[in-house]
Amino acid sequence: MPSAKEMRLRIRSVKNISQVTKALETVSASKVRKAVAAEIATRSYAEKAWKVLLHLARQPGHASLHPLLKERSSINNALVLMVSSDRGLAGAYNVNIVRFTLANFGHLQVPVRYITVGRKGRDMLLRRGKNILAEFSDLPPAPTFANISAIGRLVVDEYLAGEADQVYLAYTDFINMVSQVPKQKKLLPLEVESGEGLIRDLGGPEGSDHGVFTYEPDPTEILDQIITRFTSVQIYQAILSSLASEHAARMVAMRNATENAYDLVGLLQLEYNKARQQTITNDMIDIVGGANAQIQS
Amino acid sequence: MPIHCEIVSQDRQVFLGDADIVVLPGAAGVMGVLPHHSPLLSTLKDGIITVRWKGKEEFFTVAGGIVEIQPDQVTVLADASENVEEIDIERAEAAKKRAELLLKQGVPRDTDTYLTIQASLRKSNLRLDAARRYRQRQGGRNEPHQGGG
Repeated sequence: MPSAKEMRLRIRSVKNISQVTKALETVSASKVRKAVAAEIATRSYAEKAWKVLLHLARQPGHASLHPLLKERSSINNALVLMVSSDRGLAGAYNVNIVRFTLANFGHLQVPVRYITVGRKGRDMLLRRGKNILAEFSDLPPAPTFANISAIGRLVVDEYLAGEADQVYLAYTDFINMVSQVPKQKKLLPLEVESGEGLIRDLGGPEGSDHGVFTYEPDPTEILDQIITRFTSVQIYQAILSSLASEHAARMVAMRNATENAYDLVGLLQLEYNKARQQTITNDMIDIVGGANAQIQS
Repeated sequence: MPIHCEIVSQDRQVFLGDADIVVLPGAAGVMGVLPHHSPLLSTLKDGIITVRWKGKEEFFTVAGGIVEIQPDQVTVLADASENVEEIDIERAEAAKKRAELLLKQGVPRDTDTYLTIQASLRKSNLRLDAARRYRQRQGGRNEPHQGGG
């Protein structure tokens, strides 16, 4: 049985913890909103870039236009870009994305190398002895496009140098405050064909009257620029979506922690009160007993 | 018939609207795009995009990017772009001074830092230049003296 003083200290420390977790919850809630807003702001660029790519895909002979669009005949290695967070205390967020990544890419027949964003994911992959090509941690809390364009550059360079025949992206898709789902996406080679059904749905007349493009300076240069940027934008969106997911996961984890702390405080307080009452009763019994003894003597 | 114009950068939409003519700094030189232009894809240099609509002009800086032109549409995918009216001259001046100072201290050439600083200097210069030349005349608030410079 701990002493009354020990119990008072314990209650106080649990109360302090609940204050900290409460504060973290509030901070995370506002960060979720910011990350979501930033992600939405990138959509118009991504949509426009995608539209331009679709227009290009409609041009005759587009498959031979650029190596970034061409599926390689033999796949000898793959590169996976995994987005996790720098900090913990976010529930199962990091564990989920790492488990998802390993389940999807851990058993490929070809050697897989990883690029990680976020310290937690890097550490977990290292512990499992995975081959990490590069890692990007300590991104600013609200990353700008300039912060992450280096990642896109690296991915494209690796692909063009033939070091990677396929590039995948593994990130956490933010669905809403309580639901975040790990997802994968093929980054390179870019599959413009998969979107062609979409063009037909949008209607034929638009396709026919837009003749063949004139290119300035030349198609390769333009495709080079646009595909690199489109890849970077996809990575940027994935990072922002993951960021929103991270904060949402942290918010939920912190809310649970706060509630648990409150429960614990309640229990401890009850126990403390009981113990206090017990000592008072004991003291009373002592006094009464003493008084009775005096009367009898 | 107007031509539909849209300017987007990676992190936001900068402009959306109709235009009579759009003037762009293309890779092969400055070009004016009128409605019914033939389809064209071009890279962009650093410079100014002018959008004219019903006699009013709006100016935007652009730091590289791509433009797609269709007969009824101009889509600018800019690496960075902003309305000239939004430029914060003081911040641009400060950024320019910072970059110049760093370059004077002798950063080794051919390194990433050197290229980054140069790029930022170019950007500041472009913004300052654009702000001075294209700000809608608001009583010369930002111009020290007439005919100066």
